[in-house]
Parts: sequence; structure tokens; C-alpha cells
Amino acid sequence: MTNLNLGPNLYNWPAEIWRDFYLQLADESPIDKVFLGEVICSKRAPLFEPYYEEIVSRLTKAGKQIIYSTLAEITSNIDRRLLTKQLSDKNIIIEANDVAALLSLNGAPHTIGSYMNVYNEDSLEFFAQNGATNICLPPEMPKSGIKQLNKTAKKLNVELEVQIFGRIGLALSARCYHARAHELTKDSCKFICDEDLDGMDLTTLEGQDFLTINGIQTQSYTCLNLVNEINQLQEIGINNFRISPQSKGTIKATIVFRDLLDRKIDVDEASAKLEEEKINAPFSNGFFYGVAGNEWRV
Amino acid sequence: MSEQITKPELVCPAGTPASLRTAVDAGADAIYCGFVGPTNARNFPGLNFSLDEMTKAVDYAQQRGAKLLTAINSFPTAGRTDIWKKAIDDAVSINVDAIIIADIGMAKYLSETHPDQRIHLSVQAGASSPEAINFYCDRFDIKRVVLPRILTVAEIKKVHDEIPCEIEAFIFGNIGMMAEGRCSLTNYVTGLSTNMDGVCSPANFVHYEEDKDKNLTTRLGEYAIDCIGCGENAGYPTICKGRYNVGHRAEYYAFEEPVSLNLTHLLPDLIEAGVTALKIEGRQRSKAYIRSVVSSFRQAVDAYSNGEQPDISDLLALTEGHKETMGAFPSKKWR
Repeated sequence: MTNLNLGPNLYNWPAEIWRDFYLQLADESPIDKVFLGEVICSKRAPLFEPYYEEIVSRLTKAGKQIIYSTLAEITSNIDRRLLTKQLSDKNIIIEANDVAALLSLNGAPHTIGSYMNVYNEDSLEFFAQNGATNICLPPEMPKSGIKQLNKTAKKLNVELEVQIFGRIGLALSARCYHARAHELTKDSCKFICDEDLDGMDLTTLEGQDFLTINGIQTQSYTCLNLVNEINQLQEIGINNFRISPQSKGTIKATIVFRDLLDRKIDVDEASAKLEEEKINAPFSNGFFYGVAGNEWRV
Repeated sequence: MSEQITKPELVCPAGTPASLRTAVDAGADAIYCGFVGPTNARNFPGLNFSLDEMTKAVDYAQQRGAKLLTAINSFPTAGRTDIWKKAIDDAVSINVDAIIIADIGMAKYLSETHPDQRIHLSVQAGASSPEAINFYCDRFDIKRVVLPRILTVAEIKKVHDEIPCEIEAFIFGNIGMMAEGRCSLTNYVTGLSTNMDGVCSPANFVHYEEDKDKNLTTRLGEYAIDCIGCGENAGYPTICKGRYNVGHRAEYYAFEEPVSLNLTHLLPDLIEAGVTALKIEGRQRSKAYIRSVVSSFRQAVDAYSNGEQPDISDLLALTEGHKETMGAFPSKKWR
């Protein structure tokens, strides 16, 4: 079984846009698993709460599996309270994005998100023995590492997942760079990050597109696209693929990648379709080849 | 300050055997250093210790009442963990006082293979909450955590009250803005990974370009990190201390200014918050730098511990001409 999954939404979309996106996803997308839950900023979490029940119900009725992603960086009391709340429902599957989540999971089955450091066989084994059933690898992992780790994962009966599309999370901080750009602080932020549906573009002094600011997170400017590498990933034995949501082209990307995985279309057709509807940023796949992550190799 | 306060340990860096001896002689209570190669997070040419050098370093430090802490704090890449395991076995065999570990798989190996070895959790593990630290303590019997440089003193106090292990906190030196052990910015630009290759902003990708007006552009790979006019101090180009533009704002330090951390003024607060060990950054620094920083902090810590006000002018002079910061530590306004 090949799973095509939608990672957690990392941006602060206005709540109605957020709700409409997931309703459309339920109706139109062939996605298998949907990761919900606030990963980036504990202050944003309450904004989406009024719509959770409706979203979860619609996605579940549409046959999607829901997994709840936890906060990636935990420092303040608000962060800690949110984490406790995120972990309080014992009936949902949790994706842990920080070691802090593992304490109260206490060995119960869960998944490991891409913000956790799983770089080698020993850490993979530790997480597996601690209850992980599925591990989304760090996006900087090259093909050689994915291949090597999947051998261990098979033995341990753990499924590995690889991000194949969407901007790449590169760094986390306690400081909010969105607030800083507006000369505010994290506590007084006025939620100005909701102005940027795909994050805020950061350019160099020479005007070159460089990075993307998303609250405490720094992302790639480029949009990861492993459409040309899907076959290699499948040959290695990877069966779980993750798309990270953007404001444009995401639902279409889920359809394109599903068709590609089902061999309904070929790589060239998939490539062309992804090019048709995308955010205003070039594609990259460098990390897969062990070179600079911003590079695009064809 | 209460009278019950224990004197904190002064933990100092050493990139070479010579700077290790310098740090010990200048009054360090403990020295941290790493083996040559990819097993530590400062894998720079000309730095770090061979097994023979580390063995002698242990003797030199311990004979003078100082501790030797070995940093094995990078993340082994798949198929190469034997290199990290050998480093761990070597460190244990020469009786280092503690091993500083970041990777959870290596923590497991170390705690299972050498259950009597004292383990410190590296800042690279990014354990920033009592929940995360308690998990590491529970599973690997961690004796000390090196806290990320993103917590306020008030938060450190809370962490202290909720964990069973000691706290080591950075007080001086270079400061990165991103959570340690969770940053792939360098890899995005250079193809070399901070976590997997132990490098941040590697020197062979750094370029300086001067134009006809003497403006100096600093570059990492193809990207301009900053442009410095005449009379300004050109910092080493790291991505998180560069100057950039966003749509509504031009030429600003989007992450942080090129500053270094100096918590001299907060020493009493940190000690009161329950910090056991005060850490100085800078394994890449010269002997002269190590000598003056370590001896200055030695005097300051001794004075504070005796309830006296130390003369901190030497320490302030060390950062003179360079911008300094108390970073995240004083208040949440930093965020």
C-alpha cells in the first residue's frame, strides 16, 4: 500500500481559508492521511479550534486517516500547555515533533515527525522500540541515507515517510522573525503572520530570493519537488510520501502525485501539471542528491 | 543571593592541547573538547584531539583538579555509526569525566554499553523543556543538560525545579539564533550539513568582495549575507546574522545582529536560578583569547560566590568594538 499524505499546515491562514481548504481536500483529494495540529506557534492554535470538529468529521467521512501533529519547539508555558492539550486525547494518533512529546506518550504507538533527528540506524531503533510506527525523515536526508535507513526500518517493522513536495522547513527558533520584521515581539505579534499565506519572502541585499520566514520557522524559498525521484524512492522501498501544504496547487499536487504513483500518468506529464499551478517559487531537489538544498537537478 | 549557593563550575572550551593547558592553568573547573573527525559539532581543520592527545589532556586536567568533558555531539549518518561508537568507547577507556552526547541513538548506545559513564546532554539535542529533559533523564540517566540559548532566566529557574539533573548554561561567546541541532540552513546553501557534517557556514564557501567604494559584501556560496560599509566591522558571514530585505522592510538583520553573548551581568541570577555549570563557547578560539576569558570569568565567579561585586571591566573589554547581547536570557521581549 502506497500512502500519499498531507503534512500539517505550517502557516497562519485566516481560519475560514484554513477550513475551506480542508473541506475541499475532503471532497476532491485522493490523499490518504491528513496531519492536523499546530506545529509552529502555540499562539496560533486557538484560532483554528472552532473548526476542528467539522474538519475532522468531514475528512474522516471521506476516508482520510487523521493524525495529530504536535508543536516542534517547546519553550514557554503556553507551548507546554498546548503540548499537554495536544497529547490529552488518547484516542487519536500523535505525530511527535519534539522529544518533549515522548514523555507523556510513554511508549504508546505514535509517529515521528520530520522535526525530530533520525539520522542513523541507532536512533531509528530507539524510536521504534519507544513506540514509533512511522517516521518522517528530516528533509535534508540524502538518497543514500534514506536507502540505508529503510533497511533497518523494514527489520523493525517501521514505515519511513519522505517529504516530496512543498517548502522545506530549515530551522526553528524561540524568536518570531515575522514579529521582528514588523518591529514587534512574539508576545505582542498581532498575528501579523496571517498576511503571508506561504510565508514571507526574504531576499538578499542584492535582491536574490533566498529564504521564507514563517513565524519562528525559517523555510526554503524554493519548493521541494521530488517528482523525478519518485521511482527511485519506490525502488528503495519507500511507500509513504508527504506533501507539505501551500496556498496554491496543493490539492492539485495530491491528485498529480496519486496518479503518478498509480501509474496513470508518467513523470513528464506529472511534472508539467505541477508546473501549471504552483506558488511563485522555483522547484528544488538538491538535498536528495546530497548537494545544496536549493539546487534543482534534472 | 542565599548563603546556600554552591559555587558553579566554570566550563571552558579547548580546540587544541595547548589551549586545553591554557584553560586549566587559567582556572577552568572543566574543559570540553572533541576528537578529530566528524564526531563532534566543531569539525574544523586544525582543531580537535587525537586519542593520544585526549589521553594526555585527561591526565593534565585531572592532575590539576579539573574535569575533562568529551563532546561526541554530532549526529552520525546512516551506515557510519561505528565511528561514533568507537569515539565513545575510546573516551570511556581513558576515563574522561563525562561524555557530551546529542544523538538519541548514541545516548542509547552509551548508556547501555557503559552504564557507569557520566553523560551530559549536548545543547545540540535541543532539549528546551522539562518534558524533553525528563525524557532523556529517564531513558539514559543523563546527569547534566546543556540548555539551548533560547530560554529566559525565569524559564531556566522553572526547568531547574522540574528536572532531576544539573543545568549547564552558556554565558559567553558566539550565539546562534536557531535552535541548536535543528538547523539545515548551511546545508541548503552549501550541501554540507550542520547536523551531519558538523559545520556551520564552512570557510571554503565564504567569500569577501570589495567594490570600488570599499563596501564589502560577505557571501556564503552564491548568497550575499551582508554588505558592510567603510568603518563597519565585518562579521563572519553566518546566515542567521545576515542583513536582508522583506517586502515592507529593507536592509535589516532579519534574525539577529552580528552579536556575541555576554552574560556577565546576569551571573548572580543564573546561579540563583539553579545553574550548576557556566559554559564559555569557542573551541575555535586562540590560546590568548581562552586565557583572558577564562581568567576573567574565574575572578568574576569567585567574587560573586563570595558575595562580592567583581570587577568585570576586563570581560566587557573583551567584547569591546563588537556588539554584544544578553540574548534570550533577560526577558521574553527578545522573542
